[in-house]
This record gives sequence, structure tokens and C-alpha cells, in this order.
Amino acid sequence: MRSDRQTSAPLGLKLAAAGGLLFLHLPILLIFVYAFTTEDKSYQWPPPGFTLKWLGVTWSRPDVWQALGLSVRVATISTAVALVLGTLCAAAVSRSRFFGREAVSLLVILPIALPGIITGISLRSAFSIAEIPFSTWTIVLGHATFCVVIVYNNAVARFRRTSGSLIEASMDLGADGFQTFRYVILPNIGTALLAGGMLAFALSFDEVIVTTFTAGQQQTLPIWMLEELVRPRQRPVTNVVAMVVVLVTLLPILAAFYLTRDGDQVAGAGK
Amino acid sequence: MTSAVTFQRVSRHYGSVRAVDEVDLDIAEGEFFAMLGPSGSGKTTSLRLIAGFEQPTKGHIEIFGQTAEGIPPYRRNVNTVFQDYALFPHLNVIDNVAYGLMVRGVPRAERTKAAEEALALVQLPGYGARRPGQLSGGQRQRVALARALINQPKVLLLDEPLGALDLKLREQMQEELKTLQKSLGITFVFVTHDQGEALSMADRIAVFNHGRIVQTGTPEEIYTKPVSRFVADFVGSSNVLPPELVERLTGNSRWASLRPEMLKMSLKASNGAMPARVVSTNYLGSTTRIALDMEGLRLHATVAAGTAVPAMDETVYLSFDRDRLHLMDDER
Repeated sequence: MRSDRQTSAPLGLKLAAAGGLLFLHLPILLIFVYAFTTEDKSYQWPPPGFTLKWLGVTWSRPDVWQALGLSVRVATISTAVALVLGTLCAAAVSRSRFFGREAVSLLVILPIALPGIITGISLRSAFSIAEIPFSTWTIVLGHATFCVVIVYNNAVARFRRTSGSLIEASMDLGADGFQTFRYVILPNIGTALLAGGMLAFALSFDEVIVTTFTAGQQQTLPIWMLEELVRPRQRPVTNVVAMVVVLVTLLPILAAFYLTRDGDQVAGAGK
Repeated sequence: MTSAVTFQRVSRHYGSVRAVDEVDLDIAEGEFFAMLGPSGSGKTTSLRLIAGFEQPTKGHIEIFGQTAEGIPPYRRNVNTVFQDYALFPHLNVIDNVAYGLMVRGVPRAERTKAAEEALALVQLPGYGARRPGQLSGGQRQRVALARALINQPKVLLLDEPLGALDLKLREQMQEELKTLQKSLGITFVFVTHDQGEALSMADRIAVFNHGRIVQTGTPEEIYTKPVSRFVADFVGSSNVLPPELVERLTGNSRWASLRPEMLKMSLKASNGAMPARVVSTNYLGSTTRIALDMEGLRLHATVAAGTAVPAMDETVYLSFDRDRLHLMDDER
């Protein structure tokens, strides 16, 4: 709410707000600072000196590249799967009426409400019962459970705002199903899919809990970082990687925020 | 005359709901045909059956002699003006109008030219670059019309086309639609719940009730010779007389309708004239409409301008030509 008089907030409130913001973001800045420290065994404050050598060290570590490659691969495939399945599911739920429609809608959203640890344990036991060996695909499966929800939630909100008679109008004017999708549906839900897809990618990229249960011996980037923190050797390498992860996940979320600002929110952003 | 659209005992059921129930229909080529009825009477479902958005549960539909069942909307030479216009919000006016040509692979220059011609036809030239969101209701209606006409359909379907417009614009569009239909020679089928609109625009009207057609005929037939109480009530201002009264007057125990203008009023009692009390008078310009109460029965009469109008609560004596009484079926 906005009052007519332009009054400035009391000093106490300003300090409290500044304190809150610092509390939220200072630790992240600390991580950035430690990426450039000369001390590599413990996190000593203040840092005894600054150096850029860790960037080079990180660059030449093959395990970093392996973990990064796996994470990017998993996030890309999960997002692609989620885009297809989430869109189809949203279309079915919002476009047609069928028996059990509400149940399907609830079941699709359920994975994001369930604690990740439950999803992880259940998938792990399912894999072992079915004797499926751990691979990139088992991680993808785990991540797809929540990525589908993100895309679904974004797409379903947009579908609801898109008038059903648009599709009928397109068919009426001579467009078949594919043309209607290409020329009418896609342009209308495109930004919602882009936003949902980017958020799904970001969530998959830094997911830990489900991954620990579905990865076996493989290391995605977040898992690699957890292991690395235990080892007191070349610690700043972890910080360099953390800095990269923050940038890689922050940019798509910012982009998604700006793309969907006019109207619907990015559903499920709280996970 | 060739038939544009024929329905042979067509039904469309949704579970136990009979939206359209054994409807027979024959719309001639070049006709301006109205489907009139209250909401839920099956008129819109009938229109959607012609467009191909619905398939009949039973029965047979032909469009220009060709079986329509199983043919998807995009393979029918029929186009629709939707009630909410359904303009594509992400396309500008030109691309909206040219959409039908675009999906058929007509080159851009050619389809832009055709779209501009179609816009000129609906008196909206020069609006091509705008988005639908920047247009008024009346302008959107014209764009929807141009978009439907660009495919040169054999039948144009209009679903409550004027429902969202204000009164003045509606009257203007009524005239324009009628003129447009006559000049193009395309069969127009339009759905409306407004009897005035149907009477003033259509060549023929089908009156729907409970999924069935109760009466088909010219506006004059529908207005002067309603077949049932429902039609008389729905189509308008007709007086509906109950069987007891009609039996006293004619010896025939049936419902009857009587147009208000046929009712004669006199201040003096005369042989056979029935006394009634004036309840209200309603000045309409060229006529005055008078509501009367006759032994609990509400009747309406009209008096031409310049004639003496009886005062409120005055007792008048009603008489009419017995021939003007139109006998009807009970409930249909």
C-alpha cells in the first residue's frame, strides 16, 4: 500500500532491513572472497593474501569437468523431458474433461510437495528391485519428477488464460492439429515454457538429495562439492566452482523472473 | 433450390443430457437463417455440429450434398464468427485475417493483399498493424468477420455475433450484416437468443426449445402464427389466451395467441366486449403500449400515436375480430 505523503522510513527500520539483507547475502560474498585466498587448508579470516591461481587450478582439474559435464547433461535432459511431458499433461488437464482429471492434476504436483528424501529412497528401492544399474538416466529420472511439476505449473496457468475458442478458431480456419500447435498454442504458451524450463534447469543443476539416492558412484557438481569440503586440500577450488554455480543458476532464474513478470508467477519457485 | 445444410434426425447427447434431440433442418443456399431460442435450447450445439466441433450422436448431416460426419473442422468449407471473436492475441489484425490463407501456404504478399481487401469489405481499412487488444468491441467483431470470410466459405456461421455490442452498434451491424450477406450471396447461419434480431435479419427462423426445433418459418409466420405457447411467449409481445377463455369465445378448447395491435379498446360497454382494467401505459414513440388486467389475465394492447390513451385504473372494454385469434398447440 502506498500512502499519499512521501515519508521516509524510521532509522531503526532502515538498519533492520539492511541487516536482514546482509545476513542473507554476506555469506555468498564470503564464498566469492575465499575463491581468491592464498590459504588452501582452512578458511582463515581475514585471508592472508589474494591470488588468481585457483582459477587455473580448477580449470585443469579433470574431476571438476567430469562433475560439471554430468550436471549439465542431467539438467538438460531432465528439462527437455519435463518440457514435453509437462506441456502435454497441462494441455490434457486444462483442455479436456476425463475421469480422474483432478486426481492426475494432484498426482503430478505431489512430487514437489513430498520431501526429496522420500522421492530419493523410493526411487532407489525401485531401481534395486528392478535391477536397474545407476547411470545418467537414473539421475535424470529422479530430477524429472520435480522438473515436470515446474513446467506443468507454468504451462497450466497459461493454458487457463488462453481462450479455448482460439484453438477452435484455428481449426475452423483450416489449420490441422500440428499447425494449430505451431502457430497458435506455442506462441501463447512460449514464455511460460521458457520460464518453466529455465527454472527446472536451475533446480536440477543444484539438486543434492534425490541425486544422492539415484547417482550411485557418479558425481554431479553439487555432490562433488560436498565431498570436496571434507578433504582439506585445495579448498578454494570448491569456492571457484561455487561461484560458477551461483552464476549459472542465478542467471536463468533472473531471466525467468523478467519474462513472466507481466502476470503469472513462476509457480513452484519455492523448492 | 440447393440445400446448403441438412440435418436428418440429428441428435447430440452428453450422457443423459439431450443437447440436440432428433432435429430435422434444411437450410437453402444463399439463405440468411436464424436459430433462435433460450440458452440451453440446443441452438449453439447445432451450430457447432455444422462447424465440425461436435459430432452427432445419431443422425446424418450434409453440407452442400456431402456427408459431414467425421470430417474435421479444417476440412469443411464452413467458417465461424465466434461469440468472443477468438482473435489471436499474438498476431496483428492483418495476420489474424490472413491466418486461413497462411495455413494453406498462400505467399505473404498475396495473402496480405487479400486480407486488406477483406478489411475494406467490413469497413475497417488501415487497421492492419494493430493488435486485437487495441481494438474496440465493434472493430474486433469486424476483424472476426473478415477473418472468417477470407476463406470464401460456402456457409458462414455466426454465434451470437452481436451479443457483446451496445444497442446502437448492434442495430448498425444488423443492417451491415444483412447487406453483406445479400451482396456476397453466402449462406449465413446465425444463433441468437434475441427475437428482435432474428425477426429483423433472417430470411427464415428455426425456434429451438429443449434440444428440438419447435417451429421453422419466415419471420412473419413465426410472429403471426406461432405454433405453440412457447413460441408465442418467446418470440414476443403476443397475448396468450388460456383454453377456457378461447372456448368461451370460439367453442374450441385450445390455447390461442392474439397480437396486441388486434385488440380494440372502447370506454363504452358494448355487446360481447370484455371489461379490463388499465394497469400501466408505456409510451414508445410511434405507439403506446398498454398493459391490461382482465380477470387476473395480463393482456397488452397498442394504440397508435395521436389516439386517446386511457388513464390508469380506468375500465376499458375489449373486442377483437374472432378471425384474428390464432389457435396453437398446447405445450411444444
